[in-house]
Amino acid sequence: MISKEQVKHIAKLARLQLKEEEVARYQQDLSQILDYFGILREVNTKDVEPMTHSVKLESVSREDIPARERPEVIQRLIQLFPAAKEGFLKVKAIFSFK
Amino acid sequence: MSIQELSIEKIREGLLKKEFSATEIADAALKEIEQWEPSIRAFLTITPELARQQAKAVDENIAKGQNPPLLAGVPCSVKDAILVEGVRCTAGSRMLENFVAPYDATVIKKIKGAGGMIVGKTNIDEFGMGASTENSAFGPTRNPWDSERVPGGSSGGSAASVAAGESIVSLGEDTGGSIRQPASFCGIVGLKPTYGAVSRAGVIALASSLDQVGPFAKTVADAEILFQVIAGKDPADSTSVESEIQNSKFEIRNLRIGVPSEYFGEGLDPKVEELTRGTIQKFQAAGAKIVELTLPHTKYALAAYYVINTSEASANLARYDGIRYGLSKDADDILGAYLSSRGEGLGAEVKRRIMLGTYALSAGYYDAYYLKAQKIRTLLKQDFETAFQAVDVIMGPVSPILPFALGEKTNDPLAMYLADVYTVPVNMTGLPGISLPAGKVGNLPVGLQVIAPAFREDLLFRVGKTLENL
Repeated sequence: MISKEQVKHIAKLARLQLKEEEVARYQQDLSQILDYFGILREVNTKDVEPMTHSVKLESVSREDIPARERPEVIQRLIQLFPAAKEGFLKVKAIFSFK
Repeated sequence: MSIQELSIEKIREGLLKKEFSATEIADAALKEIEQWEPSIRAFLTITPELARQQAKAVDENIAKGQNPPLLAGVPCSVKDAILVEGVRCTAGSRMLENFVAPYDATVIKKIKGAGGMIVGKTNIDEFGMGASTENSAFGPTRNPWDSERVPGGSSGGSAASVAAGESIVSLGEDTGGSIRQPASFCGIVGLKPTYGAVSRAGVIALASSLDQVGPFAKTVADAEILFQVIAGKDPADSTSVESEIQNSKFEIRNLRIGVPSEYFGEGLDPKVEELTRGTIQKFQAAGAKIVELTLPHTKYALAAYYVINTSEASANLARYDGIRYGLSKDADDILGAYLSSRGEGLGAEVKRRIMLGTYALSAGYYDAYYLKAQKIRTLLKQDFETAFQAVDVIMGPVSPILPFALGEKTNDPLAMYLADVYTVPVNMTGLPGISLPAGKVGNLPVGLQVIAPAFREDLLFRVGKTLENL
């Protein structure tokens, strides 16, 4: 069973705003599902290699040559910006000095 | 010409014989969509201009005497998690409610290049998270066979659009069953290709080590053609692999079919079991050999899957922060902007999974959850490798239950997760799996799942075509 504080902490890490009423609901859901995950403890995985990808690939790389994107695509990307100035993306200050 | 009677091959013949034009087919599909949508709501965005423009190009090329490409004049719907340039792509979420795709996914480029006509974007569980399409922020899609029941998910809209005849084929995406289960629920063919066979570039990611795009169709032949169009290595997806087209000499009497005891255990609806076993017996009656076998780690697959799914999702969905695109709420500071954009834009199931994943990956828990789940993937893969030494394909049910009623499982997230029990091992191991129509219980469709070794989609197609004739 995870606590309400843990739920709030996880939500903050994940940058998710939860309403106070929601915290109890998520606490219940997460606890139930994490309990279910407990079944994994039954398996002996000593000396088993983790499988990160099903296809055996190694260091897939390409030449470091930039590809030119079509102007229409660049325009669309800029149009998607919630806030823009002269074609640049505008964001709130990352660091503020208080 | 009734669009309900058409297949990719029949369209090609009809176009060449000038029995009809691609424009007429586009109009017929759009009319079908108009008729079905009030009852099933398979589509989030319908694209008549795009479809007609593509139809016109096909008609002009045929008039010039050119040989029509593979998908010429074929109406195709697309899961709303796959980008089509200039068309809204929502991922079933308020976060992307007004997001217009800036470019085509690679699979879309391939479909356009093959003459396919895109009729619209279909409804999905938000960000692919769900097994019923009820988690869509824009309302559920209904099963064309019974409008009080779900079409399955997360590619429910795609499956419903093909089952209803609104489109001839559809492109879906499968992370833990999201093509195969809706195909089963809607009585059509749905293929999840081998991981890496189809490019994921331009596909909204859920879990990057599990996601694969695949075809829906009414017939195996159509699914095969669409698969051949979309498959192939893509420089824009470094996890994609060129798969050699295998042309196996296939005779039903040489086919060894594995039937895992774990796929017929507790939790399986007896009527689904009866229909599934009956279908497998048809192969036996035609000469195939049935081999009872065991996939011992099956019972851990679902938990391991949800650890990986939620962990990878928590990372993949971090990009939805309201900064470069999507829902963007104003706030006093940047943290406030993140919290409220994501708080408002993302639905309950999405938040649940992001939080589970964040927890599983956090310091102190990574080994117990994510690393453990990755090790179980290896054990699952070994189970299948052992099995495929004795058999050519593995068969079982797609879903333990019949298509359920809308609202029946929405209050219990874990109950919804259990719907994936037979499909997730296939994603976890990267193998190809297909859902084939196996009949109905009453008027509710049931699908047979067939699993093959990696890059042996050819076996799945041959088995599927055999079943169509049994």
